[in-house]
Amino acid sequence: MEGLVIKNQTAVAGIGQTAFGKGLPDTELSLACQAISMALDDAGVHASEVDGLGSYTMEPNREVDVARAVGLGDITFFSQVGFGGGAGCGVVGHAAMAVATGQCNVAVAWRARKRADKSSRPWAQAGGRIADSWQWTRPFGIIRPVDEIAMLTRRYMHEYGGTRDHLANIALAFRKHASRNPASTMGHKPLTRDDYMRARWISEPLCLYDNCLETDGALAVVITSAARARDLQQPPAYIHSFAQGLPPQHQTMTNYFTDDPLRGPAWTAAKRMWEMADVTPADVKVAQLYDAFSPLIPLSLEGYGFCKRGEGGPFTDRGNIEWPNGRLPVNTSGGGMSEAYVHGFNLVLEGVRQIRGTSTSQVEGADVSLVTSGEGVPTSAMVFVKEV
Amino acid sequence: METGWLLPDLEEPTAREFWFGCARGELLVQACGACGRWRMPPRPMCPYCRSTEVKWDRTSGRGRVWSFIVAHPPLLPAYAEKAPYNAVIVELEEDPTIRYAGNLVAGADGDINEIDPATIAIGEPVEVVFCQIDDVSLPRWVRA
Repeated sequence: MEGLVIKNQTAVAGIGQTAFGKGLPDTELSLACQAISMALDDAGVHASEVDGLGSYTMEPNREVDVARAVGLGDITFFSQVGFGGGAGCGVVGHAAMAVATGQCNVAVAWRARKRADKSSRPWAQAGGRIADSWQWTRPFGIIRPVDEIAMLTRRYMHEYGGTRDHLANIALAFRKHASRNPASTMGHKPLTRDDYMRARWISEPLCLYDNCLETDGALAVVITSAARARDLQQPPAYIHSFAQGLPPQHQTMTNYFTDDPLRGPAWTAAKRMWEMADVTPADVKVAQLYDAFSPLIPLSLEGYGFCKRGEGGPFTDRGNIEWPNGRLPVNTSGGGMSEAYVHGFNLVLEGVRQIRGTSTSQVEGADVSLVTSGEGVPTSAMVFVKEV
Repeated sequence: METGWLLPDLEEPTAREFWFGCARGELLVQACGACGRWRMPPRPMCPYCRSTEVKWDRTSGRGRVWSFIVAHPPLLPAYAEKAPYNAVIVELEEDPTIRYAGNLVAGADGDINEIDPATIAIGEPVEVVFCQIDDVSLPRWVRA
């Protein structure tokens, strides 16, 4: 490829996260500052060196408040990425582009969230008259994210023969991984296939265990140049390739109006991300796939090129997505369904830990680590590598 | 809003013609005033020719169930009262890429929870009916 590219030019040099839980006493601002502070300490970088910031448009904490509290320096780059869970890798990717192009030297990307915050359950605040695109679905009771994805799931099952057993494979695999991760909120609660099949419905064909958690917590990463990262105290997780994805005629969450609604934003992000990479899906040793809902896993497995269309369900059979022996261990910290749901930012940190070799479900020889953000919304994805 | 139902803003200029059509008992689709192609949901520009000219065509009001869900609590109070209820996406008979959300009911005044969900099938033929809630006429679907 001609011109300026970010391949291997930057790395995640520090990670930090607060405890995860429900009803944490600290404010979202405090949680954000704590996570950022831990990430800076992890990297061994002084707060005054931070000159770039990135987060979600749904992030409740403003850059000014974070920068003042943590004691950051002159900030010369700050950006936000939209579309909720689709933003995660985009936030890190924008920071990487800013570092690679000299707009800043040390960037911090973060997400802090408390389930009591308005941004956590927007549907529950819905009311009044609807002037935007939600008017085509909400009057009919398609209101919650789970309703919107359940509609696509039913169609997926119809077209491809996907089953609830496939979705159970996913829920059980992530719970198993969470059981090895002391930071997870659900690891202490075993989940059996029988539990899954008997669980209450939320929006048929999706049951309770097809849904992510609601979690308080904050996470942050430090992004700097590859050269600088090599001189710092942690092994760099090099940002090898990154892309966002917003396909033609896409409508976020309620993507019922395109020619091919089951071909989501993952396909768009994947095409650019793999074009810019020296690796292919076959090289990926471990993947963190955004899991607000279990059916996003088969859609992502297909979109990011791990199997053909319609094969994402059967891909989860025979322990294929489970640590340690699966063909592609997925969501090795437990993911949004069993570790914590912090809009997918915990997936970014787990992707970095796999490269460092410090996951609680460490994949042997994990030299290529994929992280994806929300499928079904304008999204983003990133490949980390261990060596450049 | 007395009912607690989530309803469209009839003042919103991009889409209100659709809702006015429903009030007349017509299921409309937005079309380009220049090239004539249909699009759903409505928008201010044609994605095929970028004309801002808009017209509204009347559809057959007939279609097939493209997908459906059955919603259970937790839900907003007005909807929780009806749970479990169905919601459907219907693809239009004359152009299956034009789709509408709705609910499968037994008649225009029927409730959204009266059809046994176990009997709903993707592909089954349906036709539009209209249900008045407050000042809005909502399209719903009955078996054809």
